[in-house]
Formats: sequence, C-alpha cells, structure tokens
Amino acid sequence: MPAVFIPTMLQPLSGGVKQVEIEARNVRQIVDELERLYPGMKDRLVEDGRLRPNVSVAVDGEVARMGLLEKVADAGEVHFIPAIGGG
Amino acid sequence: MDSNVVLSQVDFNVVGTRPVRPDGVDKVTGRAQYGADVKLTGLLQGAVLRSSHAHARIKSIDTSAAEALPGVKAVITGKDLPFSSLSRNELGDGYDDLKFKSDNILATDKVLYKGHAVAAVAALDLNTAYEAVALIKVDYEELPPVMTLDDAMKANAALLHDDLFTDELGEKSKVASNVAGHFRFEMGDVEKGFAEADVVVEREFDTASVHQGYIEPHSCTALWNMDGRLHIWDCTQGSFGVRDSVGEVLRTPVSEIKVIPTEIGGGFGGKIPIYLEPIAATLSKKSGLPVKVTMSRAEVFESSGPAPGSWMKVKMGATKDGRITACQGSFAMEGGAYPGSSVPMAANCAFACYDYSNGQVDGYDVVVNKPKTAPYRAPGAPQAAFAVESVVDEICGKLQMDPVEFRLLNASKEGTRRVEGPIFARVGNVETLEAAMAHDHYKTGLDKGPKDGKYRGRGVASGFWFNIGFQSSCTITVNSDGQVSLIEGSVDIGGTRAAIAMQAAEVLGIPYEDVKPTVVDTDSIGFTAATGGSRTAFASGWAAIEAAEDVKRQMMVRAAGIWDTPVEDVEYVDGGVSHRSDPQLRMSFKELAGQFISAMSQGGSIIGRASVDPRGSGNAFATHIVDVEVDPETGKVDILRYTAVQDAGKAIHPSYVEGQMQGGAVQGIGWALNEEYFFNDQGTMMNSSLLDYRMPTTLDLPMIDTVIVEVANPGHRFGARGVGEVPIVPPMAAVANAIHDAIGVRMHSLPMSPGKILEARWKNGG
Repeated sequence: MPAVFIPTMLQPLSGGVKQVEIEARNVRQIVDELERLYPGMKDRLVEDGRLRPNVSVAVDGEVARMGLLEKVADAGEVHFIPAIGGG
Repeated sequence: MDSNVVLSQVDFNVVGTRPVRPDGVDKVTGRAQYGADVKLTGLLQGAVLRSSHAHARIKSIDTSAAEALPGVKAVITGKDLPFSSLSRNELGDGYDDLKFKSDNILATDKVLYKGHAVAAVAALDLNTAYEAVALIKVDYEELPPVMTLDDAMKANAALLHDDLFTDELGEKSKVASNVAGHFRFEMGDVEKGFAEADVVVEREFDTASVHQGYIEPHSCTALWNMDGRLHIWDCTQGSFGVRDSVGEVLRTPVSEIKVIPTEIGGGFGGKIPIYLEPIAATLSKKSGLPVKVTMSRAEVFESSGPAPGSWMKVKMGATKDGRITACQGSFAMEGGAYPGSSVPMAANCAFACYDYSNGQVDGYDVVVNKPKTAPYRAPGAPQAAFAVESVVDEICGKLQMDPVEFRLLNASKEGTRRVEGPIFARVGNVETLEAAMAHDHYKTGLDKGPKDGKYRGRGVASGFWFNIGFQSSCTITVNSDGQVSLIEGSVDIGGTRAAIAMQAAEVLGIPYEDVKPTVVDTDSIGFTAATGGSRTAFASGWAAIEAAEDVKRQMMVRAAGIWDTPVEDVEYVDGGVSHRSDPQLRMSFKELAGQFISAMSQGGSIIGRASVDPRGSGNAFATHIVDVEVDPETGKVDILRYTAVQDAGKAIHPSYVEGQMQGGAVQGIGWALNEEYFFNDQGTMMNSSLLDYRMPTTLDLPMIDTVIVEVANPGHRFGARGVGEVPIVPPMAAVANAIHDAIGVRMHSLPMSPGKILEARWKNGG
C-alpha cells in the first residue's frame, strides 16, 4: 500500500501520527481516507474539489501534475508539500 | 588555467554539439522584434499614474482634467477593471485572490507600494499621455509604511490588508496579520541531533530586495477589437500564462485572447507575472484603438516584481569527524504588497545538498509595503544557500576540515530523503563536488597577501534547485525539400530554439540546420507553460522528441504505402526508412519527404505533434569556487577568479549551458556585493536607475570558468537536466566565505557592500 506522510502542520489532527499506509489508486482516494481517519484533514488540503493553490502533492519524489487524479503505486510514497514554481 | 570543460559520458550526433542559434542573425543585426518595437496602424501610447506613497488609502481620484486634454483617448482607474464591480458573495473563496491580482494591476482602495499603479491614460502621443497623467488628482490618506520583515511581523504592526490572516496549511489565524502563511517541515528528532553534535553553529542572516535586472523593460501592446477578440503583443516569458492571467483579471474567456510573444530581452522570472497587459487592453477597449504601454527603467524597478528580501536563522550541528547531525532553519521572505513570496522554495532547497537525519524548517510568507515580489532564477534558493552555506563553512573552520571534503562526506545522493519528504532519484551532487575538488582552480594555492595592503581569500559553496517539467507542446511539419518546420510555444530566452530543434534533429536523424524552429502565439500551438523553472530545454525538448517520433511513425506508414508492404516491415533508422528484409528498399528522410509534393500527395502533409507534461525533470546541483581580493581600508571586494561546476545531465548545447552558468554566477556576484533596493523612511526606492542600482559589468569580473558535469538524468531521453537556475544559488555564500578567508570576518547581510564590510571589520575589532 502507498505510504502517506502526514504534513507536520496536520499532525495535530492525526494525533501525532506521521505516516500511514492507505489502500488507494489515486491521491483523491488517499485524501478521502485521510479524512475518514482524521476528520478535518480534507478541508486543510482541498478547496473546491482541488488541492489548495498553495499545496502540491509529490508522488514517488515527483511533484504530481494531475493533483488529486494522480495515480499512486502500491509501493509508492505520497507527500503533501507547498506548491513550488521557478523563474 | 582551465576554461570551459565538459565532462561527458555519452555522445550523440546532434545533441552535445554547438551549432549557431536560429535567431542569431536577427538579433545581431537589430532586426529582432522586441516588445517596444511593435507598431500598428492607429497605435496610441499609454502612460501609468503611479502612487507616490508606499502605503495610503485612496480617498478619491479625479480624472476629469486628463480626460479633457486634447489628444487623450481614454483614461482608466481600478474601477474600470471587473473586480471593482464584483462582491465577495459573487466570488466566494476566490475573492481575495482576484482582489490581490486585480489591485496589483490598478489599485482600488489602497496603494501598497511606491509605484503602485493607480490610473492610466492612452493618448495620440507619449508626451500627451504623460501630460494627462500629471493632471489626474488623487486624494490619499497616508498610512505608516511597513518596510521590513521585522516591523511587519510585530504583533502591533500596521496591517497592509485588514482581512489577511495567517494560513497554516488551510487553517487561518483568528487575528489579521502581515504574515500571510507559515509552514513547517520536520524529519527525525532535531533536538536529539543537536545533542549528538560536537560542533553547533547558529547564525542569523538577512538579504535585501534585488531586481532580476533584465535589460529590456516591460512593454505591451493590446488591441481589443470590435469583434470581442483581444490581441496582446508582449515581451513575456510565458504567453499562455499571460493569456490565462489576463483572462482571469478581465473576466474574459481565454479563447477571446490571443497573446503574441515578441523577442524578450531577459526575464529571469520577472516576466512571468502580468503588469501592463490588462491596462493596455482596457485602454484599447475604451478607445477602440491599439494601445502600447512601456515601462521606464524606474517603473521596472519600482513597479514590477523584485526578488524578496529575507531574514533567516540557520542552526547546524556536526560531529568532530564531520558528520552533520541536525539542520534547523527559519526563513521569512517578503511577498511584497501581496502574499506569495518564494519562501516555500527557499525552505525546500536550503539543506538539500546534504544527507542528514534530523531536520526542522519553518517558512514565513510576509507582506510589506514593497512591490509584489516575483520569481528570480531559482526563487528563494540563493538567499537560503547564503545562510546555510555560510554556516557550513563556519563548521568546516571549527572542525578544520576542507570545505569540499566536508560537503562530499555529507553530500545528498540517490536515496537521500529531503526534509520536506521526497527522496532523491539519481543526482549529480557528489560528482559535481568531485569535479570541483579536481579542478585546477581548487588545486592551485592562493597567495593570501597582504599585497598592496589587500588580502586574498578563497570560498566554496554548493547549491540545489529542483528543476521542473510542466506542459509543453510542439508540432513538426515535414516539408517536401526534406527540411522540417518546428512550431513551439516556449519563448526563447537563452537559446532554447536551438536546444529544442537539436533534440528533434537527433530523433529524426537529420541535420540540425534542417529543423526550422518558430515560436508562435497562443492560437497556434497547444498550451505551453512559461520559459522558467529550468524547464524549457527539458519539457519543450521532450515535446519535440515526441513530435519527431510521431513524424517517424507517419513516415514509415507512407513508405509502406509506396513499397506496398505492411508497415511492420518498415523501420526508421539512420535518418531514413528501410525495409527490414529487402536492403534495396531504402529512402533517406529527404527522398521520402520529396514524395509528398502536392501532386503526388499521399494523405496530405506529415505533421507530428505532441503535448506533454513530463515527470522526471531531474534535479540540479552546482558548486562554485571563488577567489577574492579585499581592500581592508575601503571594504571593496574584487573577484579574481571564479569557477562554476554544475551537473547538467546531458548538455544539449554546451555553449548555452555555459552561458547559463556564467550568467547565473554573474547575477549572484552582483547580489552578493552590490545590488539592493535602497529605501528611505517613507518607502521610496532611492536608487531606481541602472546608474545607482549597481549590477556587475564586464569590467568588474574575470572570465567565469565552467565545468559541465554530465550525470545523465534517467528521466530524459538524452539525459538532460534543467540548467538555468542553479548557477545563481551558490555565489553569495561562496563570496562570503572567500571574504572570511581573506580578512577573517563573517558577513551575515547582503549585499556585502564596502560599507557593510568595514562595519563588520570594526565590529570584529579590525
């Protein structure tokens, strides 16, 4: 199952849990399961059905361009990180 | 002395060579069309009234005298932009976002920096436009300017925005604040890490606002036609970004907007945001005529987006044998008048050169009464590297370790986990450090003097930048003479026409000169993200590779038709098609293309196309070595020798990679020694000219030597990595470390101008 790393700022919602394994095929399912496990977490990550503008998700070390639709592999890693851009 | 070296592991036919750029003739003959060169029938000239206050409430604007001036065709204020007639109920959660974007184009309720646009005029000529601007009366209620991070973050600070609350990953503070956002990353146990350390160094740093310093000022021409279509000619890094941003601010569907990118005289991130475009468009709509608006140099400084000033505290610990045990950093960066500084990138990049187990990083995005900050080449990373690499150097001094050896011992590599979470794939940090250590510059001793009363020192620093991919599109049309037209959406700033064409040529197996690249408008190609983020040679190159593969597929189908054989019997090899089992059946690319003249057309033109959003952009590392000479009497620093070493993956066009490395190093040296926005107490920039805002010239610098290290990026067909940004990351720390080596003084504030060096010497008892 993909390993999902809980952002430091959201760990108060998870009771200090830093990492969970979640059965999921994409990021949307991960967020839904995080919300089931830790109520309130989805609102912190998602706005109007999309990741918040200042939030990115990295899947297996790469910023995922598909956002919530990004697929995740069984042995994958998922991190929620601040959105980045270049110059 | 070494000069430019390429440490290459693999060769291709076209990739890795140094052909002439396709746009070279136009540029050296002055025929290239830049933003201000656009001329249209009936063209009006625009001018902008800008705030003379850094922080004030707008009580009223009287434009009647300007409107009555003969020759004036249109006058607009913030009330002419759609936002002013929309309510929070209508916009919902998007209200603040649109308000910030729209108000930065033309202020409505408050001006938030000196130079903030308040009104604009279109007139028959520029003098009339300036005269009309001077006739506009604005009644301001002045407010105290908030000019520093320290002032802005105080609990009782004057607020720029009454309804801005600190966002902590989706949770808003209860009280309004100038701190727009705060985030934290943690890894391991940072306190345990410091407890295990034999040496701990903790220092505070600050850096001034600096400008990207592109030579061409912003210029935009707009024609909002009577049929509802808006045409925008613009010197921008990203035509599609302009289209989408203008559409958002003007509430206009993107299909009604066509953006035609002109040539661009530098951008470095500063020409990604929009400034003049909605103004020119609205003036055109109101006047019914095309309108051009061009910034003066002072407007470029005061009214476009500089890189943020910063405050940083960095703490690192290491064992006596040189192993880093913990890294901790707090980074606060200026968003300028509106939220959105580059602090996330600063936080992510700060410690990325190192492999360590315990870390904690805090980032703060803070609004101040300065222009809204914009990206500048590896945004956020240079400031963070100044702090971190200075602390690393101090630790090396305490441990009496060679600074490159220390970095090698602790270097991040494939499998290293970063503090924000992700793990590095194959990266070239170690190889870059090894190349630096092996370089003649590093192996040659330095006579430290004093000579003529001046002291010499050597400094080293490393830097990291992510590189990004994002969307790019490309089409390739095969012409009957066997050459191809390559259509791309990426604005060419640093030679990307050549770099993209070379990748197509490599795939097709044809000469580079047979690929004719053209950068086109937003109606003529699929979405292509801005030229920035070190992405263009990678992502638009990827699109060219895919489009070329599409061409090859179609060529094989055509050959199969000509030879009356199944396509499975045809292969594309060595720049032509061959029958797999009949060696007599072979056509070169040119021969096959010649079959497609219209009279013998077999299915129309062959057009390969691709729109991609690639992963695997690979990460970039650089290590720089610099020798300086410091005059202890004046504080003046001269650069004696400079070597930039960088992992470029596979350098598609080594000359342009070297140019990026040298350009980044030079900009970093300017940031290190001279450049800063100097504000008075009222928030007015006192050095808004290129005479007073001191960028390095060729007379200030030696040749910048380069070493391209080619550690292939496994995510790219030819192994390429982005190269444009990481070379600006190490210079400030490298220069600071060299100054310390020369005169024994640690510099914690940028720029390290003569005055600051003297103050630091005096403080140090020197």
